[in-house]
Amino acid sequence: MTKVRSDYVRPVDFKHGRVDMTHGGGGRAMAQLIEELFARAFSNEWLAQGNDNALFTVPAGRMVMATDSHVVSPLEFPGGDIGCLAVHGTINDVAMAGARPLYLAAGFILEEGFPLATLKRIVESMAAASREAGVPVVTGDTKVVEQGKGDGLFITTTGIGVVPPGVEISGDRARAGDCILLSGTIGDHGVAIMSLRENLTFETTIRSDTAALHRLVATMVEAVPSIRCLRDPTRGGLGTTLNEFARQSGVGMLIHESKIPVRAEVNAACEFLGLDPLYVANEGKLIAICPPEDADRLLAAMRAHPLGAKAAIIGKVVADAHGFVQMETSFGGRRVVDWLTGEQLPRIC
Amino acid sequence: MKYIEEFRDGDLARRIATRIRAEARPERSYNLMEFCGGHTHAISRYGIKDLLPGNVNMIHGPGCPVCVLPIGRIDNAIELATKHSAIVCTYADTMRVPASPAAGPPQGGQHPLGGCEPRASRGSGESLSLMKAKARGADIRMVYSAADALRIAQDNPARDVVFFAIGFETTTPPTAIIIRQAQALGLANFTVFCNHVLTPAAITHILESPEVRELGIVPLDGFIGPAHVSTVIGSQPYEYFAEEYQRPVVIAGFEPLDVMQAILMLVRQLNDGRAEVENEFTRAVTREGNEKAKSLVADVFELRRSFEWRGLGEVPYSALRIKESYAAFDAERRFGIAYRSVADNKACECGAILRGVKKPTDCKVFGTVCTPENPIGSCMVSSEGACAAHYTYGRFKDIEVRAA
Repeated sequence: MTKVRSDYVRPVDFKHGRVDMTHGGGGRAMAQLIEELFARAFSNEWLAQGNDNALFTVPAGRMVMATDSHVVSPLEFPGGDIGCLAVHGTINDVAMAGARPLYLAAGFILEEGFPLATLKRIVESMAAASREAGVPVVTGDTKVVEQGKGDGLFITTTGIGVVPPGVEISGDRARAGDCILLSGTIGDHGVAIMSLRENLTFETTIRSDTAALHRLVATMVEAVPSIRCLRDPTRGGLGTTLNEFARQSGVGMLIHESKIPVRAEVNAACEFLGLDPLYVANEGKLIAICPPEDADRLLAAMRAHPLGAKAAIIGKVVADAHGFVQMETSFGGRRVVDWLTGEQLPRIC
Repeated sequence: MKYIEEFRDGDLARRIATRIRAEARPERSYNLMEFCGGHTHAISRYGIKDLLPGNVNMIHGPGCPVCVLPIGRIDNAIELATKHSAIVCTYADTMRVPASPAAGPPQGGQHPLGGCEPRASRGSGESLSLMKAKARGADIRMVYSAADALRIAQDNPARDVVFFAIGFETTTPPTAIIIRQAQALGLANFTVFCNHVLTPAAITHILESPEVRELGIVPLDGFIGPAHVSTVIGSQPYEYFAEEYQRPVVIAGFEPLDVMQAILMLVRQLNDGRAEVENEFTRAVTREGNEKAKSLVADVFELRRSFEWRGLGEVPYSALRIKESYAAFDAERRFGIAYRSVADNKACECGAILRGVKKPTDCKVFGTVCTPENPIGSCMVSSEGACAAHYTYGRFKDIEVRAA
C-alpha cells in the first residue's frame, strides 16, 4: 500500500531547480510556479481570486497610468535587484503626476535555465518592496523563452494611481523664473550597476538609490500644490530630464554645478570611467519645478522627508527659444548640458 | 575629493584668469593651439574660454585619435569583420566614426552586409560605421582595454580576433604588451590592426603647412603640449620644434587648472620673446618620459614611411607598424589588407578644422546635417573632437543666447 497521499504534489525545487519551458506552457508546472512563488509572495485578495485580471472599484477623479520594462544587468546589485527596481520604477512614474499609486501589474519573461533560487529571491524582494510601498501587485503574467533568447529575467510593471484635485503637474508647465529643485545626490544607481559590469569590476561602497518616491511626492504636493513639473531622472540622468522639460515647456534652464549634490565616491568613479554624473541614472531621486515664491517651502517639505534630506535648489528656468540647458561650472565658466549622445551605460534599469 | 577637486578650484581659476588678463598685452593677440583632444574637451567642458581675455585665442589641434583616422582605415576594419569574418575589437569612440558608403568589397552591386545603400552611392552622406556594421551582423566588440581584446581571443579559439588599435603614444604601450603576451601564449587567432600615430610628426607637419608658414592664414604663436602622451615620450621631443620653429610649448595636464596655468606660462614666454619647452605637468611628465614603455614600443613597432591622417593627408614617418619579428600578429600581413584612400564628404570641413584653419562654426554642416547623433565628419564623433566639444558644451555662444 502506498504511503503517498493522493493529493500530494512534489513542491517546486527552489534550491536547485531551473526554469524550463513547461513553466510557461500553461500546464500544471506553470500553475504550480505561480501558486508556490508569485501568489504566495505577493499574496493579496485580488491574486487570491485566481483570475487573469484584477477587479477593483476606482475612486472618483483623475487617474494616471504608467508602464516600465526592466532589463537591468546584473539582476542583483548593491542596494537592490530587478524586482524592487520594477516596483519602485513604476510607482515613481505614477507618482510623478502628483498621484497616489494604487495598484501594480507585473509581467515576467523568464529564460529557460534560469535558477529558481534566484527567481525566488527576486520575486520576494519585489513583494517586499510592494508591501513596503503599500501598492499591491494585483495581476500578472509569466512567459518562458528558450535559452539564449532572453537574458535570465525581464520584468514589466504597469501601475495606476489617482491624482488629488487641484494638482496639475506636467513637463510642459515650466515657466521662466521658476525654481529647479533636486531631491538628493545624483549618479548612485548608475555607478552601483557599473561597478559590477564585466571588464569593469571595481570596489565601491556605493549602493543603488532605488526607492519608491510616492510618499515624498505626497508631502511635497500637500505643502506646495502649485508644483509645475516632477520627474525622476532615471536613464540619461539629471541632464536628460532637464532637457526634456526644456523642450516640453519651450524654455531654457540655468543650473549651478556647485549646487548639485554628488557623492565623492560617485564623482571618483565617474572620473575614472570617463562618465559625467549629470547623465548617470538614478532610481530614487526626483526633480521638481515650482514658482519661485514657493521654492523655499517646497525645499523645506522635501528636506523633512528622509528621501529628500539632501534636497537642493539647483537653478532656475529661463526664457530661451532654443531650449538650451546651461550650467555655470564650479570652475567659473559656462557650458551647455546637452542631450546625451549615444548611450552612456546600456541596460541600467 | 582628493586630487580631483584640487585641480578644478574655481577661486584659483579666477586668480589665474586675473593674472592672464593683467599680463596679456592689449596691443597683440595670443594664438595658442592645444594639440590634444583632452585639452579641447577640458576647455569646452569647464568653459575656460569664458575666463580668457578676448585677445587670447585657443585653436583646436588634431590630437584626437579617432578624428585623425582616415575613412580608408575604418573601411579596412569593417572589411576584417565582414569579408574575413573576424571578431574586431576596438575602443568605444571608434565605433561611430563614419566609413565610406560602400565599405567592404562590392558583391554584385549589393552591399556586403545585405541590401544596397541606394542613397550612399549618390554621396548623400549615408555612410557605414563599425556601429552600423555591427547592427547588420558583423561581430564588432567594444573593449575598455587592449587586454580585453586578448581575452576575447583566448575565449574564442576558433575565431580570428583582431584588435583595431588606434591612438597616440599613450595607447601604444598597451598594444605592444598584448602583442608580446599573444606571442608568449602562442595565440594563433589573434592579430592587431595597427593604426598608432605619433604626436611630434603631426605638430611638425602643421608648422610646415603653407597655411602656417607662408600664407599666415593660421597665426600660431605657441602650443599647449600633450599631457598623457608626454608621460610616455617625455618633454624632450618637443625641444626640436620649439627651437626650430621658434614656438613656445608648455606641456600641461588635462585638468582645467592645468590648462589655465599653461596659458599663463605661454603668455609669459611670448611676452619675454622666449620659445622654450616648459613643463606644467611636472606631477607626471619628465624630460625623458617612461623608458620602460618606450623600449616596449621600440621592441614591437617600427616607423611607417608615411601614413594618411584625416585632415592632414599623408604625413611622413607619422605612424607605427608592427615589426617583422612580430609579423604573425599583424592583421595587415595576415589578411593582406590593402589601404585605399577615400576622400572626405565634400561638405565636411574636418580637414581644415584639424589643421586649425577653420573653426567648427565655419563649417556649413555643423549643427545642422552633422551632429553627434549623425556625424558626417570625424571631429563630430569623439567628445575630444573640436566639433563635438563645441556642439555639446559651447554652442549657446554662437547664437547669443544669454540667460535672463
